[in-house]
Amino acid sequence: MKPPAFEYLAATSLAQAVAALANDEAKIIAGGQSLVPMLNFRLLAPSLLVDITRIPGLDAIEEDGGGGLRIGALTRHHTLETSAMVQARFPVLSAAMKHVAHLAVRNRGTIGGSLCHADPAAELPGLALLLNAQLKTTQRTVAAADFFEGALSTALAGDEILTEIQLPALPPRTGWGFEEFARRSGDFALTAVGATVSLSDGEVAEARIVVIGADDTPLRASAAEVLLTDRSGIAAAAIAAQGQVSPNGDLHGSADYRRHLVGVLTRRALTAAWRRASGTGGEAP
Amino acid sequence: MIRVTVNGVTSEHAVEPRLLLTDFLRHHLGLTGTHVGCEQGVCGACTVILNGDSVRACLCLVVQADGGEIETVEGLGTVDNLNPLQKAFQEHHALQCGFCTPGMLMTGVDLLRKYPLATDAEIREGLSGNLCRCTGYVHVVQAIRSVVQAEKNGS
Repeated sequence: MKPPAFEYLAATSLAQAVAALANDEAKIIAGGQSLVPMLNFRLLAPSLLVDITRIPGLDAIEEDGGGGLRIGALTRHHTLETSAMVQARFPVLSAAMKHVAHLAVRNRGTIGGSLCHADPAAELPGLALLLNAQLKTTQRTVAAADFFEGALSTALAGDEILTEIQLPALPPRTGWGFEEFARRSGDFALTAVGATVSLSDGEVAEARIVVIGADDTPLRASAAEVLLTDRSGIAAAAIAAQGQVSPNGDLHGSADYRRHLVGVLTRRALTAAWRRASGTGGEAP
Repeated sequence: MIRVTVNGVTSEHAVEPRLLLTDFLRHHLGLTGTHVGCEQGVCGACTVILNGDSVRACLCLVVQADGGEIETVEGLGTVDNLNPLQKAFQEHHALQCGFCTPGMLMTGVDLLRKYPLATDAEIREGLSGNLCRCTGYVHVVQAIRSVVQAEKNGS
């Protein structure tokens, strides 16, 4: 179908965009890869679309001086996928981006758009949580852990715009794993798991595990993380992660099947992360 | 008013904000090579190149393309002078009904520019956003593979 009629403003500054968003029926459009299908289906009928893609300075990827990165909200998925800086510092992010839809969608979709759309099965919200991102808006800076409130729901106010994603440096000797299962290449994940494991003197000093697609928001598998630092091992952590989620079933996969996937993908992601951290192909704990 | 350059020709148009790039190309410019399949970003038939990147024309408002450069299948080659990818599609019988072909070609153009396409798996992954109900994809993969090979041998 075709979108319903709306007014359109190509904002040239954040101040102009924020002012336009005072209109309750206004929506922000950036890459439009989630919004335009919803308009075509007429699931939404905003009276005004505020296009923020022409606002300068919101698509840079910069070093933060402390080993982390600052990434502009208008950065496209494909840019994130192929950025040498991202590959060097947060390879888990480059790897995960390859799972996002298809090239034509990654070319157009912005990372700020994906975070603000907050689809429970989308990769980026989960990655933001995994990498302890700070999300800078026109009003404040919010931790990723406080940003996602529910399916398609975030802490953003109606006239607040996400401008930058700040990723703090990972600890030394950190390995990563990202495992996703989808029925077809490029589909939304039935379930995905991202993990980082940081070693110190050969032992796990810190582990972070995020499960995507098994709840209304991405979920830290904190019970499983603890089992790695207290040396209970990856198998026990995978079982704990599986026990922590309560996914919904739908025609793509039952709740039990998704829970099973969480266990399998957690084990694989942790094994990959541990191997990368230890720099050996040896047996993971 | 918007101003766009399509296949090298620049023109200005008064358009409604809700006009999709697909409908602009087909109805305003008469470029019906860009096909409309699903209008929800799933089938890939409407894929065109916008400012050097393949995009779903059905997920792009034409006002967002204001000032941009667009390449459609009509810009690739002519019946008498097919471009190498089109020629490969012909030689490898990579189309039957042809509905998906413009999208396959424009996706193929972007894939060839951006990825090494060292394996058939990589080509298949790249084409996974373009649905074809006739060919079973095998010949499409072979056609793209042959262009990768030809470029390798030529360089």
